[in-house]
Amino acid sequence: MNIRQVLVPIAAIVIFGLLWELLVWANGWPNYVMASPSDLPPAYARYWELFLVMGWQTLWRTVVGLLLAIAFGVLLGMVMGFSRTMRDALYPLLVGFNAIPKATVVPIVALLFVGDHNFNTVLIAFMISFFPIAVSVSIGLSTLEPEYRDILASLGASKTTIFWKIALPKTLPEFFGALKVAVTLAFIGTNLMEIVSPHGRGLGALFDSGKTNSDYPLMFAVLIALALMGILLYYVVVALEKVFAGWAERSPSY
Amino acid sequence: MSEALIEIKGVRHAYQTKAGPLPVLDGLNLTVPEGGFAAVVGPSGCGKSTLTRLVAGLMKPDHGEVWLHGERVKGPKSTVGMAFQNPVLLEWRTILQNVMLPLEIVPTKLSKSQQEERARKLLALVGLEGFEEKRPSELSGGMRQRASLCRAIVHQPEVLILDEPFGALDAFTREDLWQTMHKVKAEEPFTGVLITHDLRESIFLADQVIVLSGRPARTQYVMDVHLTGERDIEHLYTPESAEALNILRHQIQIAQGRAVDAEAAE
Repeated sequence: MNIRQVLVPIAAIVIFGLLWELLVWANGWPNYVMASPSDLPPAYARYWELFLVMGWQTLWRTVVGLLLAIAFGVLLGMVMGFSRTMRDALYPLLVGFNAIPKATVVPIVALLFVGDHNFNTVLIAFMISFFPIAVSVSIGLSTLEPEYRDILASLGASKTTIFWKIALPKTLPEFFGALKVAVTLAFIGTNLMEIVSPHGRGLGALFDSGKTNSDYPLMFAVLIALALMGILLYYVVVALEKVFAGWAERSPSY
Repeated sequence: MSEALIEIKGVRHAYQTKAGPLPVLDGLNLTVPEGGFAAVVGPSGCGKSTLTRLVAGLMKPDHGEVWLHGERVKGPKSTVGMAFQNPVLLEWRTILQNVMLPLEIVPTKLSKSQQEERARKLLALVGLEGFEEKRPSELSGGMRQRASLCRAIVHQPEVLILDEPFGALDAFTREDLWQTMHKVKAEEPFTGVLITHDLRESIFLADQVIVLSGRPARTQYVMDVHLTGERDIEHLYTPESAEALNILRHQIQIAQGRAVDAEAAE
């Protein structure tokens, strides 16, 4: 990574902050209409302990939900990728499930497992984020060119061997593409639960309390904190992708 | 004549489609002696690729028999190597690792270092020395096809099945690869079946050319090729070769239904 790669994104963030500040200042908006970047440091200074505790709650529940989504999504994708019948059977069901706005599912889940706030939150994060993973894995597997299979099948390799040696690695680029989408979705899921069904846990609850008290700087501070966590997780996925599917990246000269 | 290594007797096969059975092979006969190299030519869509899958044991014919080395083919056998028009190299592996892939499946007595040594030797044979650690995406189409060829023979198969391996290459690269094939055959003897659309390729590489009829395919014509000695491209421009090519071209036209088979009409 050279200096340019570091400086350019930082410059973009600074410029964005300045424009935001300018917008608020030019319109003369007071704090209870729109907070400006200069309101954020005081908000963080005042509530930093809450941010740490609740930020951690949001983060771990998102990650657990995401891990479940990966396990379930990969399994479902494998089933749909290898069996045409299962694909035909499950696809409409899956699309229908995905089409339901998760905000409507939140109250149902909250009532279903009332009191189990951690479980509920993880469940919503999971439900919202497994779909892209399942779809990408199933497409990756079902579009595997027959010659790839024949190369090993003609030597008498078992289906399991073909899966581990060829199908799985070949699907990794699609899988990581979906995982980048799923990371963001999982955050949305966690926060939906924390906001709609507040139990005083997570950044969503902090956001909700900011809303109740008309504390706009706090609400915006939460949004920025969420954005930072989202970026963090996203780049964790990017780093993993580099390690496991770096081969898919072509060098620019080709 | 030495023992027949590949024997296909009266094979018939039909695919089940929505519109009913679609016969692709109907009365196919083919015999390749040990060390022989047969080229199969025919109009497109005449079932040539089905033939390769039958020999490889990847599917069973409806009727008829496929024999390899005196044993009836019932399923895939590790004594077969395959290469296709698409080199299907695994992009996450280096060229060397790609070539060594079959040795991970087929039982082998070679130690890891011997396996690597063998793969390196084959890569050097086809002119890919120095590219062992490259990824497939860093190689040209012709080089990838060379690597694919190494992978097909690394486990010393008795039978090498080549399904239009040079079909997607430009004419000059293709001629280079033809010569590489002769080099490989001299160093690493195999019995081969080559599916191709290229008549020049068929007489340059094979010692037996089989013309299939249009779908459903049967063996329409068999030609023994006698291009003797060290084969180089100039052999394709002798009167003898021109005559062979002419006969084959005529047979293809018959297979396509564009010419009448004079002998059969009588």
